[in-house]
Amino acid sequence: MTDLLNALVALANFVIIPASAYGAQLALGALGVTLVYGILRFSNFAHGDTMAFGTTITILVTWALQAAGVSLGPLPTALLALPVGIAACAVMVLVTDRAVYRFYREVRAKPVILMIVSIGVMFIMNGLVRFIIGPDDQSFADGARFVISAREFKQWSGLDEGLALKSTQLLTLVTAALVVAVLFWFLNRTRTGKSMRAYSDNEDLALLSGVDPERVVRVTWLIVAALATVAGVLYGLDKSFKPFTYFQILLPIFASAIVGGLGSPVGAIAGGFVIAFSEVTVTYAWKKVLGYLLPESLEPSALVQLLSTDYKFAVSFVILLVVLLFRPTGLFRGKSV
Amino acid sequence: MKKLLMASAATALMAGSAMSASHSDEIKLGVILGFTGPIESLTPSMAAGAEMAMAEVTESGKLMGGATVTPVRADSTCVDAAAATAAAERLITSDGIKGIVGADCSGVTGAILSNVAVPNGIVMISPSATSPALSEAEDNGLFFRTAPSDARQGVVMTEILMEQGIDEVAVTYTNNDYGKGLADSFQQAFEAAGGTVTLSAAHEDGKADYSAEVGALAAAGGKRLVVAGYVDQGGSGIVRAALDSGAFDTFHFPDGMIGTQLEENFGSEIDGSTGQHPGTDSEGANIFAELVGDKFDSTSPFTPESYDAAALIMLAMQAAGSSDPAAYKEKVMDVANAPGEKIYPGELGKALDLIAAGTDIDYVGATAVELIGPGESAGNYREIVFKDGKITTVKYR
Repeated sequence: MTDLLNALVALANFVIIPASAYGAQLALGALGVTLVYGILRFSNFAHGDTMAFGTTITILVTWALQAAGVSLGPLPTALLALPVGIAACAVMVLVTDRAVYRFYREVRAKPVILMIVSIGVMFIMNGLVRFIIGPDDQSFADGARFVISAREFKQWSGLDEGLALKSTQLLTLVTAALVVAVLFWFLNRTRTGKSMRAYSDNEDLALLSGVDPERVVRVTWLIVAALATVAGVLYGLDKSFKPFTYFQILLPIFASAIVGGLGSPVGAIAGGFVIAFSEVTVTYAWKKVLGYLLPESLEPSALVQLLSTDYKFAVSFVILLVVLLFRPTGLFRGKSV
Repeated sequence: MKKLLMASAATALMAGSAMSASHSDEIKLGVILGFTGPIESLTPSMAAGAEMAMAEVTESGKLMGGATVTPVRADSTCVDAAAATAAAERLITSDGIKGIVGADCSGVTGAILSNVAVPNGIVMISPSATSPALSEAEDNGLFFRTAPSDARQGVVMTEILMEQGIDEVAVTYTNNDYGKGLADSFQQAFEAAGGTVTLSAAHEDGKADYSAEVGALAAAGGKRLVVAGYVDQGGSGIVRAALDSGAFDTFHFPDGMIGTQLEENFGSEIDGSTGQHPGTDSEGANIFAELVGDKFDSTSPFTPESYDAAALIMLAMQAAGSSDPAAYKEKVMDVANAPGEKIYPGELGKALDLIAAGTDIDYVGATAVELIGPGESAGNYREIVFKDGKITTVKYR
């Protein structure tokens, strides 16, 4: 019995909790990518750096608040700074849209051209973020670190294995759930949300029905900026902020969006968790868990690790390839790429 | 008109020769350290140590009849071999340096040695490159180091852990020459002494999240986690993830991890953790500390070694009577080792006098330098333990 509990706790500590938090962060990122793809009809490679930009502003405001002695008690101060970050990020993407994307939209450029354009935007944002905050690691998390710490859990339960739940992990899951709920309510119940979906389904028909395309585009960018900033700040709080890692995370985010089905919001969320759980379970060394579960004679002496952790990003690549080969529209019947 | 031309040409010539005369009295030494990159928090005091020795010699005015020594800094970046090679190339071709104090990290040191120092025949004395692979590098007798090879550190580490009764550890190392070399030499020594290494896994620097790496290490188990990484990079990330997930409570830190940054990052969370880095309690270290005062941190890793590296180059020049690397490279071992009169930090002027008078010297310096084998320090280590969030010295070995 204790063995079973130990195995479950070890599994929760090293697989379930970290993968859920990571999955929620990926899902929020993938929602942004999928919205741009569904409504503006291109793959936005600048999304990772949009996240980094929103986070950068949030970090700067957080520092200012911390210096002024403002705090939220056990919650990170960054939550207070988040609206400012979202606003700045929204201005940034709207200006980018006005200056860059609108031209290509008006000439009805092919999606592949818009994609290349977004890569250009990505490099500019990349530089801008580094120019503002520098290429180094920045730490801006404060408040309580743990909801449950490993040592406390061991003392409380008497088990050999510890269970740690970081407050940032809990915060990530709660915030992600809230954001997703609000987004779905907006898309399904409000007039603007419905016009966005109509525009996404059939642009010409929506125009004939009196949908104002520029307004739909503006609202989409606003939502994308909010999603990107929230995802970026949660990722930065939970892990650490470094501009380069926000560029790297682009791959798992795209993998999530494509696996779920590009253009499908439900798919983006499912995809985020699929990618996160596969990355973590495939690179996890199962020795400990199996050691508790199996009888002593069968206990593994090796690590039982399918793939070294160095190849974590390769997992997203492989899933991406498999999905594109066998089900190009993704799990939830999005648009084919 | 003709006369005027002649006169101005003559003046120009004279000025030129005067310039070159003053040049021969000025010896430039390169200080190639990673002022940016993974060990950027260590390098300012290392460079200050090397430059202090140069200033001391210049002030004494006794090097080859009053030559001045000027340091020229360049950035090795610690990790980018191409950038480091370009920096060294620039120092040699455009600044005309006569020797290099550096580089710092083993990978870039090897790159500079084979791509720049050997082809140009420039002496290099590294204060901190500790990869065992450098002992066998093709160097034409140009490469020395005042830091010991990690093969030695692996043995010392084993002794420390074994004395505490720790016979089972997991090892994680930064994925480069330094990390791999140290992890391998440690594993060899530890297993030879009867210990078990449950897992030796690499980690990449500069990632946001190390929980997956720590998950594997935790599954392998062990009484302590040996982190052969960098304190400004992945090493701290690994420790953070291990503490957060409760995988390991205590750690063992080799030299790359020990710095004030470690105290700032973790404080008393890692009480009971141990470590070692090159260091000595010889008289030289104290004299060096007094000499430095509060100008910079004299106990920061590799700072005394940097002073010694610069001092050795200049003493060898004096012994050879020339700043030509091909001539003075032969003298480095002579001035560093016994027999001879012992020289401590702050006595460089006296040493120069003694050499000029033909007396043999044995440079002890700040780190009790004794060069062995292919010109590397035999090594003295400072064993440390974390107590109340501070790095405290246990003993020297």
